[in-house]
Parts: sequence; structure tokens; C-alpha cells
Amino acid sequence: MNTSIDFCGAKFPNPTVLASGILGVIGDSLKNVAEIGAGGVTSKSVWLERHEGHKNPTMMGSEHFYINAVGLPDGGIDKAREELGKYLEWKNSQPEGKRVPLIGNIVAGTIADFENIAGQMAEIGPDIIEVNISCPNVEDEFGRPFACVTADAAEVTRIVKSVSKNIPVAIKLSPNVANIGEIAAACEKQGADAITAVNTFGPGMVIDIDTAEPILANKVGGVSGPGIKPLAVKRVWDVAQAVSIPVIGMGGVLTGRDVIEFMMAGASLVGIGAGVFYRGSEIFSDVMLEVEEWMKENGVKDLSEVIGKAVK
Amino acid sequence: MKNDIPKVLKIAEVRDENPTVKTYVFRGCDLGAKPGQFVNLWMPRVDEKPFSVSYCDKDEFWLTIAAVGDFTRKLRDEFSVGDKLGVRGPYGKGYTIPEGKKIALLAGGYGAAPLYFVAQEAVKKGCTVEFIVGARNKDLLLYLDRIDQAEGMNLYIATDDGSSGEQGYNTQILERLIGDVDIVMTCGPEIMMKAAMDICEKAGKPIEVSIERYMKCGSGVCGNCCVDGLGVPVCTKGPVMLGSEARKIKGLAEFHRDNVGFKVVW
Ligand SMILES: Cc1cc2nc3c(=O)[nH]c(=O)nc-3n(C[C@H](O)[C@H](O)[C@H](O)COP(=O)(O)OP(=O)(O)OC[C@H]3O[C@@H](n4cnc5c(N)ncnc54)[C@H](O)[C@@H]3O)c2cc1C
Ligand SMILES: Cc1cc2nc3c(=O)[nH]c(=O)nc-3n(C[C@H](O)[C@H](O)[C@H](O)COP(=O)(O)O)c2cc1C
Repeated sequence: MNTSIDFCGAKFPNPTVLASGILGVIGDSLKNVAEIGAGGVTSKSVWLERHEGHKNPTMMGSEHFYINAVGLPDGGIDKAREELGKYLEWKNSQPEGKRVPLIGNIVAGTIADFENIAGQMAEIGPDIIEVNISCPNVEDEFGRPFACVTADAAEVTRIVKSVSKNIPVAIKLSPNVANIGEIAAACEKQGADAITAVNTFGPGMVIDIDTAEPILANKVGGVSGPGIKPLAVKRVWDVAQAVSIPVIGMGGVLTGRDVIEFMMAGASLVGIGAGVFYRGSEIFSDVMLEVEEWMKENGVKDLSEVIGKAVK
Repeated sequence: MKNDIPKVLKIAEVRDENPTVKTYVFRGCDLGAKPGQFVNLWMPRVDEKPFSVSYCDKDEFWLTIAAVGDFTRKLRDEFSVGDKLGVRGPYGKGYTIPEGKKIALLAGGYGAAPLYFVAQEAVKKGCTVEFIVGARNKDLLLYLDRIDQAEGMNLYIATDDGSSGEQGYNTQILERLIGDVDIVMTCGPEIMMKAAMDICEKAGKPIEVSIERYMKCGSGVCGNCCVDGLGVPVCTKGPVMLGSEARKIKGLAEFHRDNVGFKVVW
């Protein structure tokens, strides 16, 4: 049985990927998630400079949804150089087949800063650069995400591609648009090597009725977790049909069956974020056991066969 | 199924422990916390911070809080009986309380509060407790009367300036007692816990420590409290862990990380 996925020139031992913003603050944590069994790991979004993020509460979950407004806290690119460098050193010391690829996620508030940070991330040398143009939680600071305007998404892609050297670039899109397929296609046209879909929905809000106060310190936050899964599957489906580059799909994945569902909608890799809240960091190994069981039951020998299978 | 939305409770009682520390009592809530576990305390419109549970039964629980910065000073100055705060948890792993053993508890600063909860449960399970507290001076000590009056607990005090108990570090008392105890549990400054780990290693005795890092979610999601070396979030894989495990943390008692994951020297 083969569960490995070739994606933009990197070999992922399996399709599960730690989503950006979950457990990705330090290199040793990424390593821990890789050792547990993730097929790929993504850094938290890295800024050029230190970025504070919002006050707490920054996140919470119920049985139906997870909501967060961490506000992209980060120590800046110099810290990333140290932490991601540590991860890459460990990764490269592993035997072939056990080298879990690193996706370096970057964020910026302006096109010029994207050029700068992308160039520096390329020097660090992750397997893929993922460009977060879709965070709904810093709108107060930076206005509407680039991912919500086709021309902006395309322009960020062009600029990042111009400095990313030989490192493949994935553009991470927002689900909060009516035309995600069109936006994905515009990114592809500017040279994007992959699309990540999707970031969180919303923004949403949770109000405590005993104090009549919104609970998140930022009041609003991005919604993820089980409740968004059907919405995210449809976005991945739309993107996969609009482009011929591969897709990292995510949004509400909790089980092995969810992983296969996203793959059937057209995703080659599948991100897990809020799932860590519901099933702990062991979710990566647990989910892959479930995937393998399903493969056995259904006589699937090579997992990549299921990619896009529902798209007729 | 998982639900992690803060539950709003009224402060039922506030007790002064010393000039900087107060205990906040909440009633009418079965939190179900074990000694060593913590909650996130939400102050609407302000912030949310982690605090260890210092007592818990079917109907009430306590948080014992030192006023050290913006959040905790605001709590001290502006919150009293009847005011509302949000609580979620309990989070993390607590201490493993054995049956019928001789336990030494080593507390620094507000660490005496969660360890008092340990001591009560340990006595219930037939353990004897050597309760060693320490602080810079006598004004910073807390819970002394409670410990002194409890059955099955012996109190030992050390202060840096000798204003109460013996002068010096509380670890020197542990060094004297270590031969007579089965296990050590500690909570307080990391440098103190590290010293206790060394004493226990030399004596071949097990120890449990409580590792505090900057926490946000309490659920092992955000990654802010992940420790170097082990790579795990201590909000779920700790805060309480065996000394043998804590030894694998790189930079133990040397550095921690701030709210964006930046290294800060202790
Ligand atoms: C598991 C755990 C249990 C704790 N139990 C207690 C307790 O029982 N009693 C008590 O008084 N304090 C406890 N603390 C520490 C308490 O969380 C901090 O004192 C409090 O957050 C300080 O906030 P502030 O705004 O008043 O001060 P600040 O000026 O913001 O910070 C003062 C110090 O507290 C630390 N701190 C601030 N925010 C956090 C955070 N979100 N997580 C961890 N550390 C933080 C800072 O690094 C700094 O060293 C515990 C911390 C942890 C992680
Ligand atoms: C706590 C939290 C923090 C996140 N931080 C980031 C981030 O820094 N950068 C980013 O591109 N996406 C971030 N996301 C979005 C996730 O990577 C993912 O796209 C989204 O949560 C949907 O997947 P899920 O339902 O599995 O969580 C974050 C999500 C959560 C829950």
C-alpha cells in the first residue's frame, strides 16, 4: 500500500499536513508533529518583523466549530531562520522516505513586504513556500485580505514568484469570496505552483450571554473545524476544476474518511488544523490508520488514485 | 464531546493570603480539577490568563493569584465578591498522587497554593506530607496556617533573609529530608525546581515538576507553550511532568518564550 504523495517535487510520506498556525511556533514542535506521523508540516505565518497578535481569549472550540483570532503573532523572520533551520537540519538527517517536507508560510501587509519576506524565506529553503493572503483576523490593521480581490492575489503571486528562486509557491486562499476558482486561476497564471484552500471562514463571533460580551478579545475570528467541512470541500472542488496545479485542501478534517473526501474533491494533500483540538496531536497517526484501513477495505493500492475521483 | 467556551461565574469570596496574593473562591460549579491542573481565567474585554487550581470539590474551587502585572493587578484592584469572570478548563496533566507514601512538597512563591491541594488529596490517600515552603521574605509566604493546622502535614520554612523559618533556600531543607521520603513534588520558580531535580537524581528519588510557559489555548493547539527539546505543548503534555521527562527540555531554567515565541532569559 502506498500512501506517499509527490507534490511540487517533494515527497510527502502521506497526505496529511499540519496546517499553518497550529503547533508551528518552534522547530522542535514541527519535528514532534513529524515524528507523530504528519506527512508534511507548515510553519506559523512568518512576518518580516515581530508581530504581537491579539490579546486572549484568542481561540475556543465547541463540538461544531473552532474559532480563532490569534492575530498572527510571530517573532519575525530572524526567529524563523533559527527555528525552521533547526527543523530542516533534523529533516535532512533522516533516512529517505522519512524526510517530512516543510512548508514555510509567510505573511505581509504590503506587496513590497511580501517581496522581501518571500526572498528571505526562500533563503531558509523550505520545500514549499505558502503565501498567506487570506487571514481574516488582521483586517483592522491591513484591510481586506489580498485573497479577496483577484488582481491583488495575482500581484502577490507574481512578486513572490519573482524572488522565490527554485522553491515552489503555494498561494493560500480565502473561502470568503464568490469566485475562488477565478482567483485560483489568476494565481496559476502568475506562476503559482499550488493552491492551498482554504483559510478560515467568516469572520464569526461568539457572545457570552451572561456578561453580554463577545468572548474573543478581537471580538471576531475565523471559523474552522467540523462545521465548515462541507463548505471547504466545495471550495476545494471549485479550485481543483479551475486550475491544473495541485491543491492542498483543508477545513474541518477530523478523520481518515475526511482526508479521502478532500482528496476526492481534488486535493493532493490535506491540512489538519482544528482537528488537533478535537483529537490531539496524535490525530496525524490516527487519521492515517483510518485511511489505510479504508484503502484495504476498498482495494486501493496507491492513495494518489483517489485524487479528484469525485470530479467527473 | 469537546466544549471549550468560557463559563461565567461570580466570585463567591476573596481571601487575602499575603500583601500580593489573594485567593478567589468560586461556588456552584463542579470543575472536576485534579491537583496540578489549571484553568484559563477570562476577564471580559481585557485578557485571559492561566492559573492553577488551589482547591476543588463538587461545589467549589479556588484560584490563588499573585498580582504581578496588568491582568493580575486589575483583578486585585477592581474585582471583588459578586463580580463575573469566565473560566474554562481544567487543562493539562496534574500530579500523580500515590497511596500511603511519604511525600515531600517543595513550594516556591504561589506554588504553595496548588501544592496545598496536592497535600490534601495525598493525606486523604494515607500519605504523610513534608511541606517545604520558601520565599524571599516572610511577607511572600502563604498558606502557612492551613498547612500547619492540617493533619498529616509537617511544615518547613526557609526565607532568603531569614525573616521566617531558617535562612537560605528551601532546597537545603529538601536535601536534609530526601533520604526519608519516597517522592518529591514541586511547584515554583524553574531554577528551584531544577535544583530539586538534581537533589532527587542524586538520591535516586522520583520527582514531579510543574512547567509554566506562556499559554494561550490550553488545548495543545496554538503551540505557544511548546518547549525546546521535547517539542510538545506543556499545556496538555504538562504542566506537571516527571523530572526525567523535564530533563529533556532544552534550556530548562535558562529561558522561556514570550507571547510570540521569542526566547526570554529567566
Ligand atoms: C500552568 C500555569 C499555572 C499558573 N498558575 C498560577 C497561579 O496559580 N497563581 C498565579 O498567581 N499565577 C499563576 N501562573 C502565572 C500567571 O499566568 C501569570 O502570573 C499571569 O499570566 C500574569 O499576567 P499579568 O498580565 O498580570 O502580568 P504580565 O506582566 O503580563 O506577566 C508577568 C509574568 O507572567 C507571565 N505570563 C503572562 N501571561 C502569561 C500567560 N498567558 N501564560 C503564562 N505566563 C504568562 C509572563 O511571562 C511574565 O513572566 C500560572 C501560569 C501557568 C502557565
Ligand atoms: C488557531 C489557529 C491559527 C491559525 N493560524 C494561521 C496562520 O498563522 N496562517 C495561516 O495561513 N492560517 C492559519 N490558520 C488557518 C488554518 O491553517 C486552516 O486554514 C483553517 O483553520 C482550516 O482548517 P481546520 O478546519 O482544519 O482548522 C489558523 C487556524 C487556527 C485554528
